[in-house]
Amino acid sequence: MSTPQGRIARARAGRPLPRTGGRLVAAMAAGAAAELAGLGLIAAAAWLITRAAEQPPLAALSVAIVAVRAFATSRGLFRYGERLAGHDVALRAQATTREGMYEALIPAGPLGHRGADLLSRMVDDTDAVQDLLVRCLLPAVAAAVTAAAAVTLGAFLLPAAALVLLAGLLVAGLALPAVATTAARRWSARLAPARADLAARVADLVHGAADLAAYGAGERALDAAAEADARLAALERRQARANAAALALGTLVQGLTVAAIVLVAQRAGTGQVATAVLALTALVSFEPVLPLAAAGERLAGVMAALRRLREIRATPPAVAEPAAPAAPPAGPLTVRVDDLVVRHDPARPPALDGVSLTLTPGRRVAVVGPSGAGKSTLLSALMRTTGFESGDILVNDVSARDLSPDDVRARITGLTQDPYVFQASLRDNLRLAGPEAGEEELADALRRARLDAWAGRTGWDTPLGEDGRTVSGGQLQRLALARALLYDPEVLLLDEPAESLDGTTADALMADLLDVTHGRTTLLVTHRLHGLEGVDEIIVLEGGKVTQRGHHDELVAAPGYYRDLWESEALTTA
Amino acid sequence: MHKDLLRLARAELTVRGHLLTCVVAAVLAGLLVLAQAELLSGVLSGGLATSALLPLAAVVMARALLGGLQGVAAGRTASALKSVLRRGLLARLRDLGPARLTAHRSGELVTLAGRGLDALDPYVTGYLPAVAVAGVVPLAVLVRLFAADLGTAVIVLLTLPLIPVFGALVGWQTKMVTERQWRALSRLGGHFLDVVRGLPTLRAFGRARYQATVIEQVAGAHRAATMRTLRVAFLSSLVLELVASLSLALVAVPVGLRLLSGSLDLRTALLVLLLAPEAYIPLRAVGTRFHAAMEGVAAADQTFAVLDDATSGDAPVPDPEKTAETGTSGDAPVPDAEKTAETGHGPVAALSPPAEAGAGVPEIRLENVTVRYPGREDAALDDVSLVVAAGERVALVGESGAGKSTLLHLLLGFVSPSEGRVLVGGTDLRTLDLDLWRRRLAFVPQRPHLFATSVAANIRLGSDATPEAVRAAAGAARAAEFVRDLPEGYETVVGERGANLSAGQRQRVALARAFCRPDAELLLLDEPTARLDGRSEAAIVDATRALAEGRTAVIVAHRPAMIELADRVIRVDAGRIVSDRPASRPAPLPPAPVPGAGAPDAWAERTR
Repeated sequence: MSTPQGRIARARAGRPLPRTGGRLVAAMAAGAAAELAGLGLIAAAAWLITRAAEQPPLAALSVAIVAVRAFATSRGLFRYGERLAGHDVALRAQATTREGMYEALIPAGPLGHRGADLLSRMVDDTDAVQDLLVRCLLPAVAAAVTAAAAVTLGAFLLPAAALVLLAGLLVAGLALPAVATTAARRWSARLAPARADLAARVADLVHGAADLAAYGAGERALDAAAEADARLAALERRQARANAAALALGTLVQGLTVAAIVLVAQRAGTGQVATAVLALTALVSFEPVLPLAAAGERLAGVMAALRRLREIRATPPAVAEPAAPAAPPAGPLTVRVDDLVVRHDPARPPALDGVSLTLTPGRRVAVVGPSGAGKSTLLSALMRTTGFESGDILVNDVSARDLSPDDVRARITGLTQDPYVFQASLRDNLRLAGPEAGEEELADALRRARLDAWAGRTGWDTPLGEDGRTVSGGQLQRLALARALLYDPEVLLLDEPAESLDGTTADALMADLLDVTHGRTTLLVTHRLHGLEGVDEIIVLEGGKVTQRGHHDELVAAPGYYRDLWESEALTTA
Repeated sequence: MHKDLLRLARAELTVRGHLLTCVVAAVLAGLLVLAQAELLSGVLSGGLATSALLPLAAVVMARALLGGLQGVAAGRTASALKSVLRRGLLARLRDLGPARLTAHRSGELVTLAGRGLDALDPYVTGYLPAVAVAGVVPLAVLVRLFAADLGTAVIVLLTLPLIPVFGALVGWQTKMVTERQWRALSRLGGHFLDVVRGLPTLRAFGRARYQATVIEQVAGAHRAATMRTLRVAFLSSLVLELVASLSLALVAVPVGLRLLSGSLDLRTALLVLLLAPEAYIPLRAVGTRFHAAMEGVAAADQTFAVLDDATSGDAPVPDPEKTAETGTSGDAPVPDAEKTAETGHGPVAALSPPAEAGAGVPEIRLENVTVRYPGREDAALDDVSLVVAAGERVALVGESGAGKSTLLHLLLGFVSPSEGRVLVGGTDLRTLDLDLWRRRLAFVPQRPHLFATSVAANIRLGSDATPEAVRAAAGAARAAEFVRDLPEGYETVVGERGANLSAGQRQRVALARAFCRPDAELLLLDEPTARLDGRSEAAIVDATRALAEGRTAVIVAHRPAMIELADRVIRVDAGRIVSDRPASRPAPLPPAPVPGAGAPDAWAERTR
């Protein structure tokens, strides 16, 4: 990524907190102040009571009385301020992280062909930044400030006691959380496979229900799931034991530290007032420190999430931006694919192996072949979302390597694999392919994609997508076609996924695709052959190689994949 | 407190024991705080000798031990409870059978039985003990305060109820607002996910960079709205915080003044100062754990909804809302209520004791069978009558959704006829023990599921076939070659849902499964060559031809090669049989697939 935007995106994604510095400091200050007020409250109250027992004049106590009331009131107010500022900072940091992640994802590559689950996980991972701030960083700062204040106060009263307190606080606030973090990391490494195993067994029971019932294997699968559950439960019990031990140690350290301080103070002959203040401030100073063990546990998860995000950001884009991009091609485009080799995985045979084809202006070429033959790879190579190993793609005789991928995509695009319906209105879903388009153009695109009747029923402004109205497979393809037509690229790519459609719908869509592409430079990927008589060339792709090419009549006359498919299509649609 | 969970916890001995230990330890540890305050105030006031620090240390140690015990017991309670619920859920899934798990709902159930139940952890380990402590410790503290100093006790008694009252009041007022805000927040997460998922589409139309600014705006707007709400929502915690800390001030200042006047001794005063906050802490702890606990309650509700679905009625009548046929159709047929009964392993159950159809390769007879799915007007199978002779090979062809898979599922006993009956070897399928009946079948579904275990275990599914038999089956299904090339051969564990095998390889493993049942008398194949390339298809066709030898076979087919090996081709359309001809007359190639033209057998000629 070498564009200026790209560099900014990286820089921003690398630092989750640049725009939130001031607010973060304010949140930390408020949190620390709240804890200090709590400490002050108990110190003042302890001093007030023990001093009052010595029966001094009332005036001697007035400052303490005021202090007790002031600390009591301010503690709640500071806490309120901390929570507001903390959440504000966390929301901002999360937004910045998401923006940074998104910009890092814009060039095709980092998340490439990974599944929807992985995307959901990435989105969840961006929440980790919130936890890092609200549940780890802010409590740690408040605890550190409180501990420092308690130790300082102790140092004025009795340095030896302060040392005891410091030792106790270090154990509870540094050693225990550090152990908890390490333990959590180790446990999650052991729990994750056990969880995955259980999930796989459960998925087997549900998704393999038909196979299990037909083969009478349900009981065994159930036993296997129960065993996986027992293994996970055993690990969870051991983890609970480790966490309980950390909790118990915290309580122990707190209590023993207080007892030791009292002992030290009494041995040193410190007065009753100072001893009480020392003991009670010590007791209270542990309150923000003890939860740090749990924060440390959470920190392990947060760090893992942030590491995953870093890995995604560090993945280089599939297609590098050329150092000095050539001028974008202009005028009618001729695209020549020349002996193209694309390899997804170095250890496996290439996905495309020596494919050549030519698209002159107005020419229509169809690509057919079994799934996995490399048809969609060819389209994504043309769109420059997948790089190629050797051969070339020439756009008006300029190598695509020398062009900016964005410039190529602006001219060679269309209905791509897995089109997506955004959770937005039909209008917005369409308009993303033509932000400047007027109502008439939008309506025209829908009409040509034969979606106008549906749009009439559904309405232009009804939300679509996950929570909104469901869109059937056929409608989704037509919406994607309408987008492609509205965008009207120089070279129209159409990836027709007939597998998700039934025969009638697929044939109707296919007919419409062929209809609207008349006179356009088109590369059509299809699984249905009905109507391919009209295209200029048909290329049969099998295992990444071109096995047949020619006109429909020639291909039907020769034995091979095309004729087989043609016959089976005849059988199933008759 | 969750009623069903509590009932379950009482009924399950292991859960009950652990829960009891956990709660008792938590309450005892809470009560020991009183002893700790007693000793500490004694030592600090000089009322007790320095040697009293020893019992103080002992109390601290006891508290730590009890706290640890509570943690261990809580962990055990949670894992035992989750195991009980999970096993119940899974057994329930098994009983539901394949016909009643829709794709959508099944995903939900997988999540619930897996990570979903983990939401119970904070409820069991945090909330339940906190509630128990809140029920006992504040009362104990109050009693001690009344004994020590009436004035303080009255102040605490009067302010203590403010915590639940204010918590409820403010909580109730802000609940609606906050809930709306949490939904908005999850929408914000949803928006980001939406954009990231649609990124390829945005990229295709050059809108990816523009969308970055939209993400920024949406996040900004939502943050502003969220902060407006939080300003109000956090007021509740401000009130609670103020009540607790001001009460301490309210206690400390008068106590100090009374000390000054000599009407109170220092030991009591320190005790009061140490004890007063302890009255408030348990109540506030319940409040802070409430939110996380509610997620657990939601998970429990969801679980019990599924479980009660099973236990409420004694007949496994499919719930029309929740039933479904696996595969292409969405819903399962409504069985005739009269004919379903107490026992059974799926939607089809027997009234009379299960019978066994006559041994040997069966004849199959469908008599005016209609299968209806709830919520659909058209029947999936409409008055279908059909006889498949013993040893006959029948190909079913037709559009997807025509009813071909329903016909197979009918023979498998996954769905039962709403009208008419299915006879196998002259016996009504409804009266058969389905487990015994299915033992006589070999079934290859349209999308076979590969289990997350070894290839060998996948092939031997449900039987105890020897390694030799497994190898032989794999060889017959043309799977031996690629299995040999796998890193650990037959012991290679295939990924979740068979992800690391190609579609053709998965299909061949499923076919090997069928071969691994040499005694099967009826072969049911659902488009075994769908999604395969020509070469894989040829291998499967050859294998299937060998498999069908000497068996009755019903094959849903759509490719000429597969249709060719049948004796008869039956075309199904919209739930009816529209043609039924022998598949033996070769004919010349048709010019084009004109809809409605020609009988299927007309070009069922092997052309390669």
